[in-house]
Amino acid sequence: MIENRPLLKIFSHIILILGVIMVAFPLWVTFVASTHDATRMTELPLPLLPGSHFFENLDRVLFVGLYGGDASGMGYMLLNSTIMALMIAIGKIIISLLSAFAIVYFRFPFRMFFFWMIFLTLMLPVEVRILPTFEVVANLGMLDTYWGLTVPLIASATATFMFRQVFLTIPDEMLEAARIDGAGPLRFFKDILLPMSRTNIAALFVILFIYGWNQYLWPLLVTTDQSMYTVVMQIGNMLEAGEEAPQWHLIMMITLLAIIPPVLVVVAMQKLFVQGLTETEK
Amino acid sequence: MLKRVHFEPSLLPYLLVAPQIIVTIIFFIWPASQALFQSMLVEDAFGLKTEFVWFQNFEELFADPHYWGSFQRTFIFSFLVAGLSMSIALLLATMADRVIKGSGIYRTLLIWPYAVAPAAAGALFFFLFNPTLGFIPYTLQFFGYDWNHKINGDEAMALIIFAAAWKQIAYNFLFFLAGLQSIPKSLIEAAAIDGAGPSRRFWTIIFPLLSPTTFFLLVVNVVYAFFETFGIVDAMTAGGPANSTQILVYKVYNDGFVGLDLGGSAAQSAVLMAIVVALTVFQFRFVEKKVEY
Repeated sequence: MIENRPLLKIFSHIILILGVIMVAFPLWVTFVASTHDATRMTELPLPLLPGSHFFENLDRVLFVGLYGGDASGMGYMLLNSTIMALMIAIGKIIISLLSAFAIVYFRFPFRMFFFWMIFLTLMLPVEVRILPTFEVVANLGMLDTYWGLTVPLIASATATFMFRQVFLTIPDEMLEAARIDGAGPLRFFKDILLPMSRTNIAALFVILFIYGWNQYLWPLLVTTDQSMYTVVMQIGNMLEAGEEAPQWHLIMMITLLAIIPPVLVVVAMQKLFVQGLTETEK
Repeated sequence: MLKRVHFEPSLLPYLLVAPQIIVTIIFFIWPASQALFQSMLVEDAFGLKTEFVWFQNFEELFADPHYWGSFQRTFIFSFLVAGLSMSIALLLATMADRVIKGSGIYRTLLIWPYAVAPAAAGALFFFLFNPTLGFIPYTLQFFGYDWNHKINGDEAMALIIFAAAWKQIAYNFLFFLAGLQSIPKSLIEAAAIDGAGPSRRFWTIIFPLLSPTTFFLLVVNVVYAFFETFGIVDAMTAGGPANSTQILVYKVYNDGFVGLDLGGSAAQSAVLMAIVVALTVFQFRFVEKKVEY
């Protein structure tokens, strides 16, 4: 603090509190909606304080499904989302670790060629190549499978660059020492590189888990079988249904379920999250 | 680039890069080149015959007023999203940088929307602004304003801007706060001794010193608004009413999967790729390494 200005201090707190309220308000309204029953959610004005039907709605959404639906709960969609997020995060980390290791620690023909090929993927987000990518996945028979959901999203230039950056900061003496002790490349990778980049891996995991969980367009395209739906893509389907037969208390419950897991990850692992965010952007 | 000390050449490095290269070729390079190739093909109405037409699809695309309309909307959308979320984030970050007690709590309470899926953010705002039931239209009605984004295209555009900007505040806040904390305190102290008040200090010292962060965030936000807002648009307006919220990314999807105009959609993909390449090069050329954490 440069100088003591009590009024300014109070003003700062007020602005911050207003900011927090503004940011949290949409989520609060959603939470409140998920705690009331159907009739209350059709009366104006809508409630701003929670009701008593939270667990009833939760049970309905997880195990029974929407009214007028095909009577299957949506609990399995949470499972699908989790599997998808984990496969994307872990897959990305593994293939990026391996390729960064090869590019930093080996001299071999076409090294730079491979490097630039990986760099290219930075410029091709799935949104701009959806149709041909969809065709490839369809031709490979990967529609409605976990592989089809995850593998096309798995190559990542940012993760490879980040690990390359991390490896470059590891002193050369490490490798010299390992070599004197007779360690081969794989041993060096496993016993020295991996432990030394542990926090980077964790930070990246947090970011990638959120990225995977929040995918919307891709699951929408590659899944036609309802048993493969993810919870985030289901939101879009339900908003359309909500216009015809309003069941806002259930729709908002699903939305809440789609939001909570990644938000918990961010809040619980805030330090890793911030580290991951700043590192992958460099 | 390469370590001074490294391993002897062998087959191993090829095996190590193989998984990433295989995935890249099959799911990135091949589809992208297919998109470029398809953008020069025309298929007849039954999908029986395709003809190679060079740049005819592009000519049609650029002659299409709908496409230019979508372009214009995308630019308006991107810059309003960037402007709105960055100004709110800068205000909050400046305040959080000023308070000592509780700044950690404020940070936690402000960054969580980053984790909310775009489609879920869409659902939150869809409910909040629902014309028949939503809280905001209900309140606005007391001021004599009738909100209905299902009929009014400008309101629909405002709605997707709100949702997209809301989600991005968290990200901008974190980077602005980091930028503010890296400004040397001695500079600000010197200005305070010279008698500059808080607002003068902000505009003459802090804001100029923050410009690398601002510039970096502007690029990131525009990229975000261009490519990552598909879920928001699809969940809330599906491009409507009357195409008033059909941004470029949504139009590629809509023309390709709903309209089944493969050549046209591929040509749009190619244009989008050119935009991503331009933005990425721009970011690496001018922005990288200027931001300190």
